[in-house]
Amino acid sequence: MAKSNAKLISLEEGGFAIFLVLLAFVCLIVAGKTFDQVMAFHAGIGALFAAISVFLIFKNYFDDGGEAIPAEIDGKPNYNLGPIKFGSIAAMFWGVAGFVVGLVIALQLAYPALNFDLPWTNFGRVRPLHTSAVIFAFGGNVLLATSMYVVQRTCRVRMPGKILPWFVILGYNAFIVIAGTGYLLGATQGKEYAEPEWYADLWLTIVWVMYLLLFLGTLWKRKEPHIYVANWFYLAFIVTIAMLHITNNLTIPVSIYSTKSYIVWAGVQDAMVQWWYGHNAVGFFLTAGFLAIMYYFIPKRAERPVYSYRLSIVHFWALIFLYIWAGPHHLHYTALPQWASTLGATFSIILWMPSWGGMINGLMTLSGAWDKLRTDPVLRMMVVSLAFYGMSTFEGPLMSLRSVNSLSHYTDWTIGHVHSGALGWVGYISFGALYCLVPWLWNKRSLYSLKLVDWHFWLSTIGIVLYITSMWVSGIMQGLMWRAYDALGFLEYSFVETVEAMHAFYVIRALGGALFVLGALIMAYNLWMTIRHGEAEEADATPAGSLAAAE
Amino acid sequence: MSIWNKHQVFEKNSFVLLVGILVVVAIGGLVEIAPLFYLKSTIEKTEGMRPYTPLELAGRDIYIREGCYLCHSQMIRPMRDELERYGHFSLAAESMYDHPFQWGSKRTGPDLARVGGKYSDEWHVEHLINPRSLVPASIMPGYPFLAETELNTRDIQASLTVNSIVGVPYTDEQIENAAADIRGQAMPDTDAAYDFEERWPTAKIRSFDGNPREVTEMDALVAYLQVLGTMVDFSIYDDKANSR
Repeated sequence: MAKSNAKLISLEEGGFAIFLVLLAFVCLIVAGKTFDQVMAFHAGIGALFAAISVFLIFKNYFDDGGEAIPAEIDGKPNYNLGPIKFGSIAAMFWGVAGFVVGLVIALQLAYPALNFDLPWTNFGRVRPLHTSAVIFAFGGNVLLATSMYVVQRTCRVRMPGKILPWFVILGYNAFIVIAGTGYLLGATQGKEYAEPEWYADLWLTIVWVMYLLLFLGTLWKRKEPHIYVANWFYLAFIVTIAMLHITNNLTIPVSIYSTKSYIVWAGVQDAMVQWWYGHNAVGFFLTAGFLAIMYYFIPKRAERPVYSYRLSIVHFWALIFLYIWAGPHHLHYTALPQWASTLGATFSIILWMPSWGGMINGLMTLSGAWDKLRTDPVLRMMVVSLAFYGMSTFEGPLMSLRSVNSLSHYTDWTIGHVHSGALGWVGYISFGALYCLVPWLWNKRSLYSLKLVDWHFWLSTIGIVLYITSMWVSGIMQGLMWRAYDALGFLEYSFVETVEAMHAFYVIRALGGALFVLGALIMAYNLWMTIRHGEAEEADATPAGSLAAAE
Repeated sequence: MSIWNKHQVFEKNSFVLLVGILVVVAIGGLVEIAPLFYLKSTIEKTEGMRPYTPLELAGRDIYIREGCYLCHSQMIRPMRDELERYGHFSLAAESMYDHPFQWGSKRTGPDLARVGGKYSDEWHVEHLINPRSLVPASIMPGYPFLAETELNTRDIQASLTVNSIVGVPYTDEQIENAAADIRGQAMPDTDAAYDFEERWPTAKIRSFDGNPREVTEMDALVAYLQVLGTMVDFSIYDDKANSR
């Protein structure tokens, strides 16, 4: 051994190394024995990733001689920023990729020749790639990166483990690669937003449990007496997603050498479980997690405390209790018993209140700092995200009413609604968080260009407006055309006439999407230039002090 | 002091917070999901429902693989226009063997819950290969590769086995002969077809893609589409007794 004082490999490093070696072997065996080409490909990727990880663990061990990384330097927490940097870059990469794929499928709906009639380019396989790339790859990496940052900062402590944080962030991105390539190659469970097949689900479960342990481990080590409100939301997001993911994805594989599996739930029960999952993927992945971002990054950027501590308490418990009930409003007038869908709609209406309570808590945090909206486009982006949040959480309960839903369901109105939440709320709060995070992580004084942030903001805002308004019109129009009768009492339009009528709106929607993509490309350039050429922060000034617990 | 101070229990103890969250998020799902497994009225009493034949099941797997559910629903709602456009509203019983359900959430294309028997096999084949040859304004992608791809039957027996584990009432005989029955259903007037007919008396035997020498993915998908919504005998279905 090179160094005489080298320490024995730690339990953590050894444990992960053994696990990954075993995984590599299992993957190799499966890759060798399977007749399923997709499985062979994925098992090959798994073996490769696992082998590289083992190599990196040992390389790291021999490089630093097994020396533990100090948790504190000069009495200040030595925060672990590496995995967060990776997550931020991955988020930007997957974001651009996911938006571009979204633009492609939007164009396919306007110009069907763009499907090329090939298996891996047809709408049906590419659409899950878009939804998963934006929700789980872009959103997921934003959540992982920000949660690791926020929990360390607000607990004033380095997160535990040397390998664990890297395992979580890299393992999650490996899941993305497996899931995404699987869709294009035809491996899917056929459940919306839960398309990854059984082996990808299994892998995600392992990564997610590790994520929970990482997060809890940081909370256990904390130096602050109180757990900050953002961390309540992160914890609720992590725990609930685990519950939803496991329940909704209970499948039995045809064999371990096959990508195909059959879900244990059937028909009406499967529908209920699926939308309990589906709506709470919105509620906990796309809402609770991003509300945590709101509770940290908006006060931080505005340099004001959170508006109301009591409102945060009510907001938190009411939101997580009520959200979980709302799923069956996706199943009005279906073969699901009416008691269930009515119950779902009832809670959806009640949910309006905590949603707006949270929005108000975020918006009012700006009291005394409203002037910053004029000068700081990053803060403006986050505030507008709250406006979109307020709008879509009003629209949601409205659409959950039976009578409204009878018109809106199955139409583009739903697509418009989802995108006002996804592009406006989730997108903008994420962009705001990344614009804050990148200079902090790379120790830069500020962003490369605030002017470019301004361009990003206006281009994508116009894009969102074009997107949602065209979808409102096309959705409501199609819903009305389906139920239109002529003077003799016959259905006025054939189905394909309603498809024809939507062409113009599909073109407008694609135009809106293109503007949004353009904005994201500007952002990627801006972040890249910040990292490469930004002016360094002075050495002793820690990037912004930590935030007091909301009290 | 005030009640707000009591909240410190959650703020100062991550384990209590964790348990609190778990309890609060578990309630809604339990109340809404659990009763669906024991309330008898959840699934209507019907005549005629049978599991999918191996060929239909393989077709359903292709339907799922190609993401058809992203543009086509399989759930007719009880509204005048839908009843006139698509037929009797969908029953829970009609998807009770569906793992997973394919009710869908968007109608970029029309509902398919009762598409079975509405068009000829030839229409489906032509339409799947080139939708715009039959419906000029259609925006559906073409699926010419289905007709050129031989159906993979290697795992079909295991597929039936897994389906029976999760509750689909396949007989042992049906499972054992799954691969043979795929050929039997798609190749009329062969010995395999006669054997198939014995095990599946109510299923249709045809060369669904018009090529009886080979079983393609097109055979399977069209067989699946042609059985959709046709199983329940609505001439003896009691709407009143099953109303909930």
